[in-house]
Amino acid sequence: MLAKRIIPCLDIKDGKVVKGVNFVGLKDVGDPVELAKEYDRQSADEVVFLDITATYEDRGIIRDLIERAASELSIPLCVGGGIRTIEDFRMILSSGADKVSVNSAAIKNPQLIKEAADEFGVQCVVVAIDAKKREDDTGYDVYVAGGRVNTGVDLIEWVKKCEELGAGEILLTSMDADGTRDGFDIDMLKAVMNVVSIPVIASGGCGGKEDMAKVFKETNCDAALAASLFHYKEATIDEVKDECEKYSIPVRRNHETGL
Amino acid sequence: MIAVIDYNVGNLASVSNAFKRQGMETVVTRDPELILKAQGIVLPGVGTFPVAMSHLEEYGLIDVLSQAKEKNIPIMGICLGMQVLFEKGYEVEECNGLGFLEGSVQKLQVNAKIPHMGWNELIFNQNHPLLSHIKEKDYVYFVHSFGAVCPDEELICYVEYGGSKIPALVGKGNVWGCQFHPEKSGEVGKKILKAFKELIEDVSDTSN
Repeated sequence: MLAKRIIPCLDIKDGKVVKGVNFVGLKDVGDPVELAKEYDRQSADEVVFLDITATYEDRGIIRDLIERAASELSIPLCVGGGIRTIEDFRMILSSGADKVSVNSAAIKNPQLIKEAADEFGVQCVVVAIDAKKREDDTGYDVYVAGGRVNTGVDLIEWVKKCEELGAGEILLTSMDADGTRDGFDIDMLKAVMNVVSIPVIASGGCGGKEDMAKVFKETNCDAALAASLFHYKEATIDEVKDECEKYSIPVRRNHETGL
Repeated sequence: MIAVIDYNVGNLASVSNAFKRQGMETVVTRDPELILKAQGIVLPGVGTFPVAMSHLEEYGLIDVLSQAKEKNIPIMGICLGMQVLFEKGYEVEECNGLGFLEGSVQKLQVNAKIPHMGWNELIFNQNHPLLSHIKEKDYVYFVHSFGAVCPDEELICYVEYGGSKIPALVGKGNVWGCQFHPEKSGEVGKKILKAFKELIEDVSDTSN
């Protein structure tokens, strides 16, 4: 049976992990590769690097990071943040990442999804979407620019279009849930999963290992992503997987590794 | 030395790094001389079946790989690299493969999401040296929409997905294929590469 994936997300700025990370035993707590390796060891199923560096003149730092991560990780790596062109896709993939996540640029130019899927294969095109419930409760709007700008695009129409254009996966962040730590946005996830048949990663709102188990119990999503839960060591990935197993949710274990 | 075949289909760094981590000298190449001198050959690949075959042809590699097979050099295809080992593929259009393995590559017939993406658990179909360090129900990482349809004697292990059996490791003689990505499959993937390394060493020992 296909396992549900647990994915830690690392926000990276100027080559360093943002947010207070306090891992004992890492050579460099701010080094994304060291942190990603720790998550790999803990049996994370995939790692996401989100580059939030404000300027993009010099992409050399992120390229180096991806090259190092790809040579040291034994699980898939997805990289996003500031992806604008097909050349950005090429640079990220040729540095060794397995997937690229694209957000604002896809809204501005939806054909980018198709071009990337045709050129590199659907498996590496992840469309990241930030969405928020409309005040009149008639549905959800898609936001860009880190959640600052409402595009007025309807979430349901947008996910359908993403699938049609060749997105391999949707990374769905609920802005209503994000930061609340009250759990994932089950309603929004259900609304999206009713209309697409590509994998969906739940993001935003995870406050504990119970939330991870809950999102898999209550929706058909394929993966769940969290940042602070893991960075602040409130739960290890294995503890999340223990919790999931209590409810017979299939998860991968990396036991007897001899590490 | 392991030759990782460079035929312009996707990033080869992860695959060659994974073999290096096993302590194997690894060369990414399309040089016939190097390939035919290798102890083992790895054929990676992402993309589509016809594009992969046309690149192999363009670089003269179809002939080189056939010679390598005749010389009994162990060959391991990974993902699309596994698929082109078969006789035919039906992705985009009907296309001849290398024909090292019996069978064809077809769109997954499953009652589930496509691509089949993520970690799935292996079910053994036969005893095989490639499985010597892993156990049944170990998880490996898949990303694909097409899969092999092959005779039972070539099927080493498989996974269940959407009501179908999907071949995971296949092989015959000195040619093996891996539908999943061992280089992305954590400790289990490393153990499979270790087993491949041992197979290569066995073959080299007997031929020396």
